[in-house]
Amino acid sequence: MSDSPSLRTPSQRIAWAATIVISTLVFIFLIAPILAIMPLSFSSGSYLTYPLPGLSLRWYDDFINSPRWMNSLKNSMIIGVASTLLSMVLGTLAALGLAQWKSRFKPLVLAFVLSPVVVPGVITAVGLYFFFAPIGLTGSYLGLILAHTALATPFVVITVGATLQSFDTNLARAAASLGASPLDAFRRVILPLILPGVASGALFAFATSFDEVVIVLFMAGPEQRTLPREMFSGIRENISPTITAAAVILTTVSVILLATLEGLRRRNERLKGSA
Amino acid sequence: MTDALLTGANASTEVPLKRRLRRAERARQVKALALVLPLLVFLLFTFAGPIAGMLWRSVDDREVRQVLPQTIAALASWDGRDLPDEKAYAALAGDIMAARASGTIAIAAKRLNYALNGFRTILTSTARNLKTVPEPGTARETLGKINPAWRERATWTTIKDASGPMTGFYLLSALDLTRNVDGAIVAAPPDQAIYRDVFVRTFLISLSVTALCLILGFPVAYLLAALPPGRSNLLMIFVLLPFWTSLLVRTCAWIVLLQGKGVVNESLLWLGIVDTPLRLIYNRFGVCVAMTHVLLPFMILPLYSSMKAISPAYMRAAASLGAPPVAAFLRIYLPQTLPGIGAGSLLVFILALGYYITPALVGGAADQMISYFIALYTTETANWGLASALGAVLLLATILLALVYGKLVQGQQVTGGMKN
Repeated sequence: MSDSPSLRTPSQRIAWAATIVISTLVFIFLIAPILAIMPLSFSSGSYLTYPLPGLSLRWYDDFINSPRWMNSLKNSMIIGVASTLLSMVLGTLAALGLAQWKSRFKPLVLAFVLSPVVVPGVITAVGLYFFFAPIGLTGSYLGLILAHTALATPFVVITVGATLQSFDTNLARAAASLGASPLDAFRRVILPLILPGVASGALFAFATSFDEVVIVLFMAGPEQRTLPREMFSGIRENISPTITAAAVILTTVSVILLATLEGLRRRNERLKGSA
Repeated sequence: MTDALLTGANASTEVPLKRRLRRAERARQVKALALVLPLLVFLLFTFAGPIAGMLWRSVDDREVRQVLPQTIAALASWDGRDLPDEKAYAALAGDIMAARASGTIAIAAKRLNYALNGFRTILTSTARNLKTVPEPGTARETLGKINPAWRERATWTTIKDASGPMTGFYLLSALDLTRNVDGAIVAAPPDQAIYRDVFVRTFLISLSVTALCLILGFPVAYLLAALPPGRSNLLMIFVLLPFWTSLLVRTCAWIVLLQGKGVVNESLLWLGIVDTPLRLIYNRFGVCVAMTHVLLPFMILPLYSSMKAISPAYMRAAASLGAPPVAAFLRIYLPQTLPGIGAGSLLVFILALGYYITPALVGGAADQMISYFIALYTTETANWGLASALGAVLLLATILLALVYGKLVQGQQVTGGMKN
């Protein structure tokens, strides 16, 4: 490594080499499991081991032709998109409000708004199970969308809040002084500026809902089972290669989300750099 | 003279302007609060309300008083030292007859059976064999004949303890405690005392996972912080991709890798390192490996940002003042990473405490953490009081740790601000 930190003594060089070796092993530990199961989904055999007997798309075929798997994918999409939209609205409004609000209760309110991320999933799930069952919200799409929105909104509040920190509030005042109505000022001045924050928040929100399984485990009826929920029972019963196909599909979605987020971040940095 | 003019001008406009500004500011604050309000109301309904409901269930105890109202009323004046009087027996006989007619015996039997094993049989056998309301004055004798348990004090103290409307019974059970026949808090019988073990296990697994994450995460964070941004951004993908990959996918991957005929075992056999497949999963090892894999990014990211903030000038200064590299690292670099280590470790520990899915899928029966039992009592055995009590203990632990975390992160921001 030519651009390593200034290394003068042999012991420093050894320490640096050890850091590189250990880190490489940790990177392998982090990535290898995810990479290892991907090729298995293209196997023509039904055992989950290497070497593969041959390549085929039979397990993807199986996935597409299985009403159970396809229904779960559809459910994940419906619940994910709906809770993302809802958390975008609630989270953006709250972040705008919190940025202007001055009160000694603000840290308390902020802690409350962010707490769904910290509280263990089982506790939220059990509470919702008791709370939603008597009012008919268990075994319904609406119940799951509301629950996932509660878990996802903190991410929108955080990302939009972070964007607002670098936001010049005088711009909104300037718009108002030039005669823009509050709605116009929001739509044409504030929104375009905070849009990257809203978009990254939405990605986090979607990923949260798309990955959530504990609440679904407690609250979903057979009709609302999502993709992770279907994988959960698949892993419990017996792991067929169809699950690895599902895993590849889920991972592809994650990679798309991550790439979009990274693109947004780069764009943001570029804009900041040019300003 | 200009001074006088200025003060004069100020004096004439100051008050209204100040008031106008204050009014405008107040309007702004109200508007700001109105923007936060929808989310607060929403979370009250979908988050805080449900959790408050769960906490309420951990002390709620109204089943027995609904099924056996007269008995509870008759026992109100009972001192619990001797057997209750004839009046209580007569009330119980009346309650049992009424409950049998309305089919609610099972509700009370289930609750009383939690407190005293075998109570279900006592109550149902009595309900079955009690043909008519006993003659006045014979209730004690009749019930005693049907089931001798009615001649024991413990049977009656159990009913009195369960008379509600609120109870500490479930919370005590969650800590392996119970009340004895005299009402004193004592250790629960060994066959019911399993939760302290579960809490200790949950704590130990979380601690091991946190330690593993720290050991593995520290060198990686150091490397990422030391490399130039271009390279560290590229390597960051190795941390962020697992972070974004579904928990189920990662858990599934570990099962595929570690199971008896899994990739790791097959490779080890093929290489001739082992003769028989190793047991790598459905035990503590599998749980720790899979959880460390899932939680490692939560350690690396805070460590990385704390290391990134350390100016390389400090280390150069230490070296130029003659400190050997190890001493410089231990005494200059490491102390500055402590806030990052604290934040990362607490975050990983808090998240690990509540883990459910991963231990449920890759752990054996002896590796299940507290969340597993909360889920079990909620959905399988429907012992909602105990599920809620265990949940209350877990929630309390999480909140306390989160408060410490909040203080730690806040302190970091403050010192960070001062440095700049």
